[in-house]
Amino acid sequence: MRFNLRVGKYWLYIPLVLMAVFYLLPMYVMLATGFKSFAEIDLKTMWNLPKGIAFDNYVEAWKNLSPSLKNSFLMVIPATLISSALGSLNGFVLAKWKFKGADFIFPFILFGMFIPYQSIMIPLVQFMRSVGLGGIPGLILAHIIYGIPITTLTFRNYYASLPHELLEAAKMDGADMLGIYRHILLPISLPSFVVVLIWQFTSAWNDFLFAVILTGNEDWPITVALNNMAGSQIIAWNVQMAGSLLAALPTLLVYIFLGRFFLRGLLAGSLKG
Amino acid sequence: MNKKLFALLSLLAIVSFVIAACGGTAATEAPAAAGDQVEVFSWWTGGGEAAGLDAMIVVFKAANPDIEFVNSAVAGGAGTNARAVLATRLQSGEPPDSWQGHAGQELIGTYVAGGQIQPLNDLYDAEGWLDVMPETLIPLISQDGNIYSVPVNIHRANVLWYNPAVLEANGVEVPTNMDEWFAAMDTLEAAGVQPLALGEQWTKMHLLETVLLGTLGPDAYNGLWDGSTDWASADVTAALDNYAKVLTYANEDSASLSWQDAAQLVVNGDAAFNVMGDWAEGYFRELGKEPNKDYGWAATPGSDGVFQFLSDSFVLAVGAPHPDAATAWLKVAGSKEGQEAFNPVKGSICARTDCDKSLFGEYLQSAMDDWSSNTVVGSLTHGVVANDSWKTEIDTALGAFIADGNIETFQSALTAACASSGPCK
Amino acid sequence: MSRDKDRLLNILLVSPSILAVIIFVYIFIGWSIRVSLSKWKGLTADYTWNGISNYLELFKDPRFHVDIRNTLIFTGVFVVGSIVLGFILAVMLDQGLKGEGFFRSLFLFPMAVSFIVTGVVWRWLMNPATGSRTSGLNLLFSYIGLDSLQNPWHTTPTWGMAAIALAAIWQMSGYTMALYLAGLRAIPAELKEAAQIDGANSFQVYRHIMLPLLSPVTLSALIILGHISLKVFDLIVAIAGKQYALDVPAIYMWQVTFDGLFYGKGAAIGILLLISVAVLIIPYIRYTLRTETEQ
Repeated sequence: MRFNLRVGKYWLYIPLVLMAVFYLLPMYVMLATGFKSFAEIDLKTMWNLPKGIAFDNYVEAWKNLSPSLKNSFLMVIPATLISSALGSLNGFVLAKWKFKGADFIFPFILFGMFIPYQSIMIPLVQFMRSVGLGGIPGLILAHIIYGIPITTLTFRNYYASLPHELLEAAKMDGADMLGIYRHILLPISLPSFVVVLIWQFTSAWNDFLFAVILTGNEDWPITVALNNMAGSQIIAWNVQMAGSLLAALPTLLVYIFLGRFFLRGLLAGSLKG
Repeated sequence: MNKKLFALLSLLAIVSFVIAACGGTAATEAPAAAGDQVEVFSWWTGGGEAAGLDAMIVVFKAANPDIEFVNSAVAGGAGTNARAVLATRLQSGEPPDSWQGHAGQELIGTYVAGGQIQPLNDLYDAEGWLDVMPETLIPLISQDGNIYSVPVNIHRANVLWYNPAVLEANGVEVPTNMDEWFAAMDTLEAAGVQPLALGEQWTKMHLLETVLLGTLGPDAYNGLWDGSTDWASADVTAALDNYAKVLTYANEDSASLSWQDAAQLVVNGDAAFNVMGDWAEGYFRELGKEPNKDYGWAATPGSDGVFQFLSDSFVLAVGAPHPDAATAWLKVAGSKEGQEAFNPVKGSICARTDCDKSLFGEYLQSAMDDWSSNTVVGSLTHGVVANDSWKTEIDTALGAFIADGNIETFQSALTAACASSGPCK
Repeated sequence: MSRDKDRLLNILLVSPSILAVIIFVYIFIGWSIRVSLSKWKGLTADYTWNGISNYLELFKDPRFHVDIRNTLIFTGVFVVGSIVLGFILAVMLDQGLKGEGFFRSLFLFPMAVSFIVTGVVWRWLMNPATGSRTSGLNLLFSYIGLDSLQNPWHTTPTWGMAAIALAAIWQMSGYTMALYLAGLRAIPAELKEAAQIDGANSFQVYRHIMLPLLSPVTLSALIILGHISLKVFDLIVAIAGKQYALDVPAIYMWQVTFDGLFYGKGAAIGILLLISVAVLIIPYIRYTLRTETEQ
């Protein structure tokens, strides 16, 4: 059933492994530096293996990061799921249920993602304060709203690339709008849910700017803690790199978990019916 | 399968949202009774700075057991992120009780001009601080006779770090003026040694301020900042010529090195000289290097007997939610006990001149001697002599100069910067 | 009857998002425009009318010219590089090879790590020192006998931005791959088979059948990558500090606003960025929407 490149697929491992080396080189430097002592960090010896495998840097980084881990999860889960759900609905309406003005509303929403966040910090803080949304709920709201343009974009364009025949058949059968969404589009939306969830999880998890201006020190997520491990003058890069690898682990686990839903053959047979 | 996944995800969303909604709002919106806490904003989050702050908090809690200390420290290279957060909070009408700022014009030009901090003259009188801080320091942290901040520590900007072994091997003495420095660097260069280690753009501004001081001398240097020295004068041209010449001795990869990388070149013997503030000494110690063996120090060429300082200080907010607690914090920050707790750990010296010398290491002891005897002038890069707007314009002019090397346009840009954001008319 | 109900539903479904965007995007942009037309300098809000002088000042500002050049170079290299690399990776991973999951997670991983730290790693990798102090990639090249590949990376005059873009490609091409992979999985297998039976070779299948079908995905990727390149800030600061030669509008805006407290000028930079987006991207979107309708 699968379509393969003609030449036989096993030679593909050569470019894949070469690319893997390119992606791994900086990772190696981070990992090796994370195991080095402060005095061992030197540009000239950056490729050298650490003198010993000591987990001191990881332990120290964990001490700094662990208190804010809970805040990060509380913030990132609703922020990711709600904005993805909204994006999917918007994308569906804008792609497949063209109504008057749909072609205007799409760029109207889309434009929002180009707004430079640094230049709207002041009204953002003032607005959150005026509606009484402090701490993590305010942060969640900001991530949901500033995530809408990108989730809408991804879903709309994914839906737009689906064959028209898919919907026409259902319309003929008399299905209403929500029915079509639930029974036809949602089941085959998994791959685009995956890419949107990856995006939203990563950007909310790694966000520093919103976190630092919208929450107080009790609610700070892990990125603020990670930044705060650096002093203003002397920066211990070994501990920093250990810390950022630790802070990236949940995101990596999400990638691995979500990756399983890049299912193949989703549309198998859909054109025949 | 799909349905289960969607159900699971929605459940996750709802549960965490509810937890966040309950926990989050309660924590931030709970109004604390006045006086029972103090929120202090700083950029001391890592290493010796954070440890020093913690030591000072211990002193504070011992003196004020009923006041809760809220440490709102935010990191970011030399406080850049922290300052943006603070600016946003101030403009949204939610100031912390007290915050950190570089003593001098950075603080005065920003927060005094914005009406956001209160004068502290009464506190200085009551605590007798005027008697224990250098006389030449007070005018630099005052405006119109009002003192606006409490300096906790002092760093020195005009330090020339060198590798004693490299100098000895090449028969070079430690230079005391610009010409000796050039001669020394010529010798080193001829011997195939990298004469000067330099880093990214802000370290080049740091170098610029020490060359201006070394060429012009302290009086004319001070005049640059109060308008009595003409930026367009021939003396300044000579200083900029010197600066351009110093740059020619620097490593070619300077743009890609942090100050740490550049300083490391000297202690590793890859370069002979580096100009950096004396926080570099704390860095050398963390690398396990020994003073006077792996590294030596002197005032930058032409600035012997002059202490170019920068200082971290704390202020009292206008509209502070807990003014009494904030005053209690400032008392600790200015006290002998508080400064003796903070500075040995941070690797800086006390702003007070009466701290116990035996608490400090060899370099810091020599800096303490200089601090109480030298002429004190302020640093540009670290916020003492120029307000932020002026400094930003100088930085842009410097960046253009590094890119094109044109001294004439550099000098006219500097002259224009003094007119638009400084005291020049 | 059901059509009216559907129309109502349409509006109901999108209206919360539209409302949120109106408040959090357009009203804030309006505020920002107002600030950009003011004399606001310093920490106290000052809405004194200043006309368009902040804008005029920027047009004359040589630093802003450098910024525009750098942004163009960065955007060009980064967007094209990420799309090409992402598409190739996605096609290779779509072949049903063993270990797909491993490679996919590996290519995505750089995106998970904070820009600030990966920036520092790239600064080390791209160290331009020569002679006995050679390090980073240049040192690696000499280990494997490819000395001719050694170069000064981001300290190259004029084109240094391209080296920074390389680090950004490393970080974001995995996401482009994921976008394309999702798109490829939505193409009915029958289509791929049909193409194969017709005798088209695999390259032609991807070039002439898959790529056009994936054009909405390419549009998504283009816009997402484009918005990253306009906002890139942390990465550049981590690699190169705030230096003139590698300055971009986002860094200039930050310095002008938060270091220099020229709020009016900072807002003007932000608005110019938005205008340039509007000029470049909106016509393209409208064109795409129109061609879609015609199909």
